[in-house]
Amino acid sequence: MALLEIKNLVVDFATATGSLRAVDGIDLTVDEGEIVAVVGESGSGKSVGMLALMGLLPWTSTVNADHIVFDGQDLLNMPDKERRKIIGKDISMIFQEPMTSLNPCFTVGYQITEVLAQHFGGKRRSYNDKAIELLNQVGIPAAESRLNSYPHQLSGGMCQRVMIAMMIACQPKLLIADEPTTALDVTIQAQILELLIELQKSRGMALVIITHDMAVVAETAERVVVLYAGQQVEQRTVKQLFKKPKHPYSEALLNALPERANDKLLNAIPGVVPGQMDRPKGCLFSPRCDYATTLCREKSPNLNNGILCHFPLGDEKKKTEKSIKLEPQ
Amino acid sequence: MPEPLIKARNLHKYYGIKDGLLQASKNLKALSGVSFDLYEGQTLAVVGESGCGKSTLARLLTSIENPTSGHLSVDGIDMAKSHDKATSKKLRQTVQMVFQDPFGSLNPRQKVGDIIQEPLLINTVLSSLERREKALEIMRLVGLKDEYFHRYPHMFSGGQRQRIAIARALILKPKVVVLDEPVSALDVSIQAQVINLLIELQKELGLAYVFISHDLSVVRHIADEILVMYLGKPVEHGPSEVIFNNPKHPYTQALLSATPSTNISIKRQRIKLIGELPSPVNPPTGCAFNPRCQHAHKSCKISEPIMETYGESQAACLALDEGRI
Amino acid sequence: MNNISTPVTSIRSQQWKEFWFYFSASKSAVAGLVFLTLVILMAIFADVISPHGPAEQFREYAKIPPAWMEGGQAQFFLGTDYAGRDMWSRIIHGSRMSLLAGIVVVVLSMSIGVFLGLIAGYRGGWVETLIMRVMDTIMAVPGLLLALVLVAILGPGLLNAMVAIAITYTPSFVRLTRASTLTELNRDYVSASRVAGAGPARLMFISILPNCMAPIIVQGTLSFSTAILDTAALGFLGMGAQAPIPEWGTLIAENRDLILNAPWTVTFPGVAILLAVLSINLVGDGLRDALDPKLKRS
Repeated sequence: MALLEIKNLVVDFATATGSLRAVDGIDLTVDEGEIVAVVGESGSGKSVGMLALMGLLPWTSTVNADHIVFDGQDLLNMPDKERRKIIGKDISMIFQEPMTSLNPCFTVGYQITEVLAQHFGGKRRSYNDKAIELLNQVGIPAAESRLNSYPHQLSGGMCQRVMIAMMIACQPKLLIADEPTTALDVTIQAQILELLIELQKSRGMALVIITHDMAVVAETAERVVVLYAGQQVEQRTVKQLFKKPKHPYSEALLNALPERANDKLLNAIPGVVPGQMDRPKGCLFSPRCDYATTLCREKSPNLNNGILCHFPLGDEKKKTEKSIKLEPQ
Repeated sequence: MPEPLIKARNLHKYYGIKDGLLQASKNLKALSGVSFDLYEGQTLAVVGESGCGKSTLARLLTSIENPTSGHLSVDGIDMAKSHDKATSKKLRQTVQMVFQDPFGSLNPRQKVGDIIQEPLLINTVLSSLERREKALEIMRLVGLKDEYFHRYPHMFSGGQRQRIAIARALILKPKVVVLDEPVSALDVSIQAQVINLLIELQKELGLAYVFISHDLSVVRHIADEILVMYLGKPVEHGPSEVIFNNPKHPYTQALLSATPSTNISIKRQRIKLIGELPSPVNPPTGCAFNPRCQHAHKSCKISEPIMETYGESQAACLALDEGRI
Repeated sequence: MNNISTPVTSIRSQQWKEFWFYFSASKSAVAGLVFLTLVILMAIFADVISPHGPAEQFREYAKIPPAWMEGGQAQFFLGTDYAGRDMWSRIIHGSRMSLLAGIVVVVLSMSIGVFLGLIAGYRGGWVETLIMRVMDTIMAVPGLLLALVLVAILGPGLLNAMVAIAITYTPSFVRLTRASTLTELNRDYVSASRVAGAGPARLMFISILPNCMAPIIVQGTLSFSTAILDTAALGFLGMGAQAPIPEWGTLIAENRDLILNAPWTVTFPGVAILLAVLSINLVGDGLRDALDPKLKRS
């Protein structure tokens, strides 16, 4: 049985200008000890989806799904009190901005021991030794003296390590990392990614990495889910995706990378991600797709073996019409 | 050989910071000994991580601040001397800047049209109609629709805001544009659009770019020359292809190695850097990189290396100098 | 030619719509706004609404209780005071005084305070130190006491009272503006204007100031209500508006001997002050919720 199973997750937000569907039908299955990447750009709903799972969305949101099951338990309909026992203990999450994710008013030691005391009971101070051990595991030198440091005294990379230490303190079965390295320098990014993989291996943790960086996906994940405008467009293994993407968006995204440019100009994708007001009829990617046909523009595609496309790339079913590109926005 | 548009020789920028009321002020060495030439139509990429001094360099080039020592001249004008109004205006019309954060670099209370026109309003005596015409012209050039003129920045996406910022930078028809991480905050697909726009504009308007970035894949695509910096000091400098194919300085090698790539078919030997980036307030003695360098030697902790030429590029490394690598 | 046929109006109405969405989320803020509007209308149309003149004395009808009590008369809705003047008319006309006091105080203290705060935040150095220390000194003295001293120097009267109170409110605007200025000063758009060649005046008033307005506006509404209270207090002490001006505080002062015999003469002006101040505070709360981007939901 899979560790985490999400089926048809839908998240709506109430805004001043009407309802906004941020996540439109995401399916995600994560097995024990697996590394899955969730890839998408802004507006893809990647963070919102995981925050919905953790119950961390604001009051203006409505979360619906066919089911959300973690370790055999129904997370969707669970009362908040029950959910709080799981979040932070069995499922943990680290966030993008390490400098602001830690509470600036409390020392590092306080924050780590607080997590432990909250979930395992007992006096906070009794966990000091465990905190030192955790700081050592995440590679922070002079761990004992660091217990009394405040977040503003640490660099971005160190803060992220502390964050990781806090989040693995309770031996979670699943760790969600939301853009864990985006705000960090390149050499530190490499260190943190390596740390995450090392911890994942040694603890048998499942790891979900949310990112917009395809290169990070290539170097860390086993499976990848590609999101576009709140919808799931492709779900494959990393090797398969990078060798031969099946959804036009995945292909376009890979081709837009500077390292895949053939000549002076990059292969940019024209247009922008549809916002709340300008959702196209039919396939959401059709205005920007190189292969779009009239059918694509009229009718929303259904999942075709996990690919949300009328004409997945490389499939036998041939297009009968020539694709006509619209003027880019 | 024509004169370079920007000539920088041995630039230093120090800030005095007080650690407490009674302490003597310490020197924060933001830049130590940066030299380069920038020619018309060329792109110089300045690459480095936090604390390397690239933002300080940007501020010096746009005359927000003056160098503590060293020579910096822009289009023949010496930046170290104080300038009269006319010279300041000329400088502003020569060097302009695009900032990193598309969400913070546009005044949320000003309409797009006003933002783009502001440099004209300050520096020229054009009528309001003429200013509007010029603004619309530039907007069309960077791919913005006319009707965006009356809108506020928060109504636009990151990519569009960056186009607005580029339009603002170009309206005075500068010769040099300093781009401080212009695409770092953008999505991949939008990054590609904006980079293409920058390349096209460079060709069309004959612009020179100082492109500051930490993203080496982007830099490789757009730069003619690369200057790698670490803690305010230049560590390697040379033509783009030479630096990428044959990096000489250990830091450059580590930086290239740390940059993730989607080319998973190539197995890479990762150079793992240990330790954190040092703080500019408390730099290591000797070579700034020595605590993290795998080739560090006794001498590296004592003497600071200077830039020497090795083939087509220059690097500042004692191990190279002593023939250890 | 150009294609900017836009709807500058539609953008404005979009902004108003968004503002109203957040403002109306708080029912109390809307209630406060409704009441405040009534008070404003009352002040504007005082001459028309008021059944009698505020200074008109009906000697035979002195100290008549309100219409619903025994001995009351329909023509004197809220009763009369010691000189036979209709309370309801006096209160209506008094609203003009109170609103005027609020407006003058807020305008004066806000304009001086914001100006000083901008300069302090922008220039820094000794200018900032000088301004902030002067403001600290003003804040160290209890507001009303300081106002009393100032009025004693300037002479009693509504206008002098307003100036004195305005001076005591200036420091809070200076602090607020300076804090916002310091934050905005480091933002990229200010650097961008600098690179474009903007001078200090342009940077302060055109780039930075519009971005500091939200907390200043909220502080302004709070000061409005406090100004009414302080003006009333000064009036009560005899140092503000002088009789026979029907300022609400002065009304209470003149009739304070009648607390036991004719309580309506002091109660109703007091209730008027209470309701006016309450409504303004509610509106201020609603404004803060609507203007504070951090509280914005979507």
